[in-house]
Amino acid sequence: MTAQRAPASNAAELVLAEQFRALPREVASPARAAAFRRFEEAGLPNRRVEAWHYTDLRAALAAPAATLGAPDAAAIAEARKRLAVLERLAATRLVLLDGYFIAALSDPPPAGVALAPTPPLAPPASDPVLALNVALAQGGLAATFATQTAAKAIEIVHLVSAEGAGAIYSRVALTLEANAQASVVERFVGAGAATQRQVSTWFDLAPGAQATHVALIEDAPALHVESQVVRLAERAAFDGFGLVAGGALARRQIFATLEGVRGRVGFSGLGLVDGLRQADTTLEVVHAAPHGQSREFFRHIVADEGTGVFQGKVIVKPGAQKTDGGMKSQAILLSPHATMDAKPELEIFADDVVCGHGATVGALDAQQLFYLRSRGLPEAEAEAMLLEAFAAEAIGRVADPALAEALLSATRVWLAARGQGRRM
Amino acid sequence: MLEVKNLSASVNGQPILDGLSLTVRTGEVAAIMGPNGSGKSTLSYIIAGKPDYEVTSGEILLDGEDLLALAPEARAAKGVFLAFQYPIEIPGVATMTFLKAALNAQRRARGEADLTTPDFRRAVRGAAQSLKIEEEMLRRPLNVGFSGGEKKRMEVLQMALLSPQLCVLDETDSGLDIDALRVVADGVNALRDPARSFVVITHYQRLLEHIQPDVVHVMARGRIVASGGPELALELERNGYRDYANANAAA
Repeated sequence: MTAQRAPASNAAELVLAEQFRALPREVASPARAAAFRRFEEAGLPNRRVEAWHYTDLRAALAAPAATLGAPDAAAIAEARKRLAVLERLAATRLVLLDGYFIAALSDPPPAGVALAPTPPLAPPASDPVLALNVALAQGGLAATFATQTAAKAIEIVHLVSAEGAGAIYSRVALTLEANAQASVVERFVGAGAATQRQVSTWFDLAPGAQATHVALIEDAPALHVESQVVRLAERAAFDGFGLVAGGALARRQIFATLEGVRGRVGFSGLGLVDGLRQADTTLEVVHAAPHGQSREFFRHIVADEGTGVFQGKVIVKPGAQKTDGGMKSQAILLSPHATMDAKPELEIFADDVVCGHGATVGALDAQQLFYLRSRGLPEAEAEAMLLEAFAAEAIGRVADPALAEALLSATRVWLAARGQGRRM
Repeated sequence: MLEVKNLSASVNGQPILDGLSLTVRTGEVAAIMGPNGSGKSTLSYIIAGKPDYEVTSGEILLDGEDLLALAPEARAAKGVFLAFQYPIEIPGVATMTFLKAALNAQRRARGEADLTTPDFRRAVRGAAQSLKIEEEMLRRPLNVGFSGGEKKRMEVLQMALLSPQLCVLDETDSGLDIDALRVVADGVNALRDPARSFVVITHYQRLLEHIQPDVVHVMARGRIVASGGPELALELERNGYRDYANANAAA
């Protein structure tokens, strides 16, 4: 992928450069410096960068906020109260407050899982925004799931402190050793209109490892940029799901590479977009080894003047024979001013593969709506029933019933809020 | 009592109903027969309130109340029920969830309390048994993957549960083999009641062997062109619709 150099550094880039230079001496490293150089070379992406064609981050991040520092004792005490009333979605809860891992708010890790507060620095990234995250993130978490570890369920709560006006950068690195199993939920909670959040999650799966991941974005930051980097060795399997129900601009970008033979990935998600919000999921799956399988299934419900974006690119490298790929994007638009941009792409450099993709965008089915109304369901209720069914089919990709139920109830909250907003 | 008075309607600017008048008394089973394209299904959709039609003149009264002024859901709450010729598949909505939502929506519209879950289940189970509907079918998404017969039985199940005052059956016999037809007809007959009216729309006399009408109306070119007793259906079966289609002016 070639990213065109943007015009001379703009004010935002100068602010970011200042933030990078202000990093404490003890966190500075050659790897960080390399990452920041990479960011500076490309600059903040605008629409001329193919992978950012529908989301102009240069415009959205015109004024980078000051980076939030590590939370103090008062902020931690306040967070404890909020966490106490937040229903758990997994047996083990780990907490990042303003991007920093806080052991005092977290459970001890389950047997077979080792935690480290500071993630190791990642290899240089191709995406400039991911590079920026690597350069600036001071907080985060690394967890290693020991070989043969049986399924462990962990939730990582990304909480924003009450005073959360500012920028948050964090990194989570999850390593699964051979044949380990992990189920990870990342929840994004507490951000408000003055929060700019840029996070990255790195999955490294050794041979035979299996991971499931659910990201749940329910809060309402000005900016949520979430990069996910997934690397799979042979026979490893990864299933990821993302629910985007909040955030003025939410961008989830997923970079997955099937490095070993017989790897399998499944990515799915649901975007619920209303008001002037935008939810962008951009995904790149690289099949670098034979007999790999990938499935993508994304749905969006877009209301008002919202915008949904799905870009999915599946790349089959030479030699990745017997690849089996399938990608689907479906959207329902609820208003004439709602937009869905869908761009599924295949780049195939091997000759013995089965790959397909499809994208549909439409309104709610008028026949279905009339059928339900003819049975007595008021229009808003009939609409909500059909939308919930549409959403539920995407959520059905999440195997854990308790998690699926939590996602469905978050969907219902969004549908109900939308219904009320419209009636006002 | 249903009164359709001088009803004209079009879809996409194409006139379909042309001054149709029809009265169905309370407790009466009225059959409407007619050739394809005569406007039978249009009439049923307009009674139920489907949005695609433009009523250019006339009125539809149910017990004196103007149905055309009401949204489809309000008509349903007043007791209008349309059994669809082609019931709509709703993926992702469990049949039981739908049935409960429909029943309670109508109860709420009438100012009644929601049905309790045990009462609801009992009501569904009773109606399902008499229609030979398996529990398994009720767990599936509404109408999805149902056979033609199953879909029609599901329509009658809804009708039994919602207990409407006016039942409009649009080509309920289409796509049914004789066994399925008998089950569906038995289900309809069980609902016959002095307080309930039926409009049974059909192309063939066959259905009327199982659901005996009190009155038979013949529809052609968007209006009722003849009315009579059950013997009229037999005559149509012998002679076809040709006489009526041609002798339109006589009506």
